[in-house]
Amino acid sequence: MTDTTKNSPAASPLAGSPRTPDMPDDIRQHVCTSAAALREGHGITREERLALKECAISGRPFGPGSHTEKEGQVMTGAQAIIASLEAEGVDTLFGYPGGQAIKIYDALYDSTKIHHVLARHEQGAVHEADGYARATGKVGVVLVTSGPGATNTVTGIATAYMDSVPLVVISGQVTRGVIGTDAFQEADIVGITMPVVKHSFLLQSNDDLTATFRKAFYIASTGRPGPVLIDVPSDLAGEMMTFHYPDKIEIPSYRPTYKGNAKQVRQAVEMIRTARRPLLVVGGGVVSSHACDEVIELAEKMQIPAVTTLLGKAALPCSNPLNLGPVGMHGSKYANMAMTDCNLIIAVGARFSDRVTGKLSEFAPYAKVIHIDIDPAEIGKVRDPQVPIVGDARSVVAAINAQLDKIDAKPVSQDWVKQCFEWRERWPFYTADFADYPDRIAPEIVLEKLSDKLDPHNSVVTTEVGQHQMWAHQHIHREESRTFISSGGLGTMGFGFPAAIGAKIGRPEAQVVCIAGDGSIQMNIQEMATAIGNGVAVKVLLIDNNALGMVHQWQRLFYNERYSSTEFTANPDFVKLAEAYGWQAERINHPDQIDGALDRMLAADGPYLLDVIIPTAQTVYPMVAPGAAIDDIIGAIDVTLGGVRITEKGMSPAGETAGTVAEPLPLNERTDGAFRTSGATRVATDGELGAEARPVISADADPDAPKGGE
Amino acid sequence: MKYILSVLVENKPGVLSRVTGLISRRGFNIDSLTVAPTEDATMSRMTIIVDADEVGYEQITKQLHKLISVYKISDLTDTDAIERELVLFKVVASPERRHEIIEIASIFRANIVDVGKNSLTIEATGTASKLDAMEDLLRGYGIKQLTRTGKIAMSRGARDA
Repeated sequence: MTDTTKNSPAASPLAGSPRTPDMPDDIRQHVCTSAAALREGHGITREERLALKECAISGRPFGPGSHTEKEGQVMTGAQAIIASLEAEGVDTLFGYPGGQAIKIYDALYDSTKIHHVLARHEQGAVHEADGYARATGKVGVVLVTSGPGATNTVTGIATAYMDSVPLVVISGQVTRGVIGTDAFQEADIVGITMPVVKHSFLLQSNDDLTATFRKAFYIASTGRPGPVLIDVPSDLAGEMMTFHYPDKIEIPSYRPTYKGNAKQVRQAVEMIRTARRPLLVVGGGVVSSHACDEVIELAEKMQIPAVTTLLGKAALPCSNPLNLGPVGMHGSKYANMAMTDCNLIIAVGARFSDRVTGKLSEFAPYAKVIHIDIDPAEIGKVRDPQVPIVGDARSVVAAINAQLDKIDAKPVSQDWVKQCFEWRERWPFYTADFADYPDRIAPEIVLEKLSDKLDPHNSVVTTEVGQHQMWAHQHIHREESRTFISSGGLGTMGFGFPAAIGAKIGRPEAQVVCIAGDGSIQMNIQEMATAIGNGVAVKVLLIDNNALGMVHQWQRLFYNERYSSTEFTANPDFVKLAEAYGWQAERINHPDQIDGALDRMLAADGPYLLDVIIPTAQTVYPMVAPGAAIDDIIGAIDVTLGGVRITEKGMSPAGETAGTVAEPLPLNERTDGAFRTSGATRVATDGELGAEARPVISADADPDAPKGGE
Repeated sequence: MKYILSVLVENKPGVLSRVTGLISRRGFNIDSLTVAPTEDATMSRMTIIVDADEVGYEQITKQLHKLISVYKISDLTDTDAIERELVLFKVVASPERRHEIIEIASIFRANIVDVGKNSLTIEATGTASKLDAMEDLLRGYGIKQLTRTGKIAMSRGARDA
């Protein structure tokens, strides 16, 4: 790999290339009025999102429903599928054709309302629809063929299921007569996806076709959102029927609870009113229910600090001082200490994932819990709450706010907030003068700089999965919900890049940057063609350490540096690869190049890849070892000790002892000679790691500690 | 502990698989399960016996509630619900011992449904403990084959479950 800067925009990488980003030549562009209109606009406003949500709950279609010129016409099942999508107001469809989907694709050819995005792999198509849905709040729609086309969607569907993203996936199926005979390209996709869908349909008759579509959109977008699969045997796609789209649907066996129980709301208010060390835990449910404003109101009204899960990241503005940011395995030391020492957790749309709680028996030992979730099954699954409230986060938190106003509650948490802020001052994620490897690029600094250059309100950052994801989680500042998109529950490598394409298609006015790793990007790198073919000016910031960094890090810390299969020996030249797809691209490997390169990337009209070479040994800190308590943190920076990373307490499985500095490791031999840093290697003595490092709070001494029987 | 669930579901292909798949996926074991259409042909009733602790049982019912195909779940564990099971025994019965076996069957109010040269087939219904007791007695004669339906249950009185 060469270390020279390549392809400054002055020497256009597209010169001499037959393809340009704005001249797609490999797909037929539909004239798409609504998508074009969205392109002119500025994304979707909060009011529009709330209107969408209300529409979803009412059971009415998202589009014109029966009020189209197609209502009452006799048509094929395939035409009725496209007409149903139009009735739902679908303007963008992600997909990949094939034998059993060909009739539906044929009907799509006549649609002037639906813009089809041809992916290069069905997994990419689902992630694109997922990114589109997360960025816009609308339902993402996917169309694929039977057999391998359908099985390729499984990872995408599972990703959406784990993160509660509304998708409708339509798969072609072999004709009804040969189902079960191992026909060519037959796969039981309804059976295969059963554990990872919110619901699925195998269409049995065209009599049910339109109602099935209405149900699918209704189920996907209401309650706890999730993916819904519709499997369409191809003989039905060819059969004639009369098109009637239902303007309302009710499903007797499916009635999500939106309004919280009034008595439980009053109990919650009573606990919030008196809590001296309260903490909000903000999860993805706050984003999907559009509860951000209500949660901020609650936090400010009662002076409650908040921590965010990965999916809850953009739910609260980073500029709000009460937002303590990421919590959990790679959360900040201050957020994790707040979680451990608080005496009241108000969990909103969060599910106490193991990546957030760490060792469960030592998780938040002094805290009573108010758990607000629309999914009753999440309540009590991991941590038994004192006050469970099943309901829509927005409506429940609004009810709590109203009740607090009514009793004129005043915050009593001043000391606690001050304490949290002091912790934040003392243990920052990163300090600018803290360079692990001088003359090498620190990814933390790249992401801080990127964050500064992006509009935190009107840009979208997606991530792949691994070290870069955690750095992005720590260092990218967001002010608006739906501007940070990452695969949280399933942790799907290969998600972030297609998701960025989908997000950019959904929000064409916004700058969309995918932060990727050199491992993850290769899992769906073929989608570069999708971007160029659809004129999607998505940016990829490749944090390139020539290794599977996160596993490498675990092997370094917990597996005696036995780097089993995590060091790449045959990475492609990503710059050349991007250029081969018609992208612009550039590589940097020195800190001085960061600013200019980021500016060029963000200014580029078309898709752009920036390959940032970082040391393989760069480690994501702070870190909680798997199975450890979340306040047992390795590698937090302590400014009172001169900005060194320390392991304050406890033992990591690798045997790091208490009170030693987590020393940067020698650089990988292949990327550079081993050289040591100067700034970060100072060893803190036992004396420096004073006993005052954190207050000693025990259940006995604590007046607010939960008492038996409560 | 063992829980008895009466689950009203949509009578459609794949619903059984959704229910059993969900229970096994969440790490629980089904002791017995019966399923058949109800008085309303669009619906089926499942009687499921699961072995779980309290937390596990709560998760199972909450997760089952989330299935769109599930209409209603009734817990019949602690109620004085009517529980019945049907069993067919094929017992070794030489002509000279037939008489004894028929006597046992009549004590348990069971019916002889088939007679072979050297066997008797007995149909019995009742609670699990009654059928267990009967099985113990018949074992002495040699049971060639045995099939139990698994439990079905219904609440007493007007309660709709």
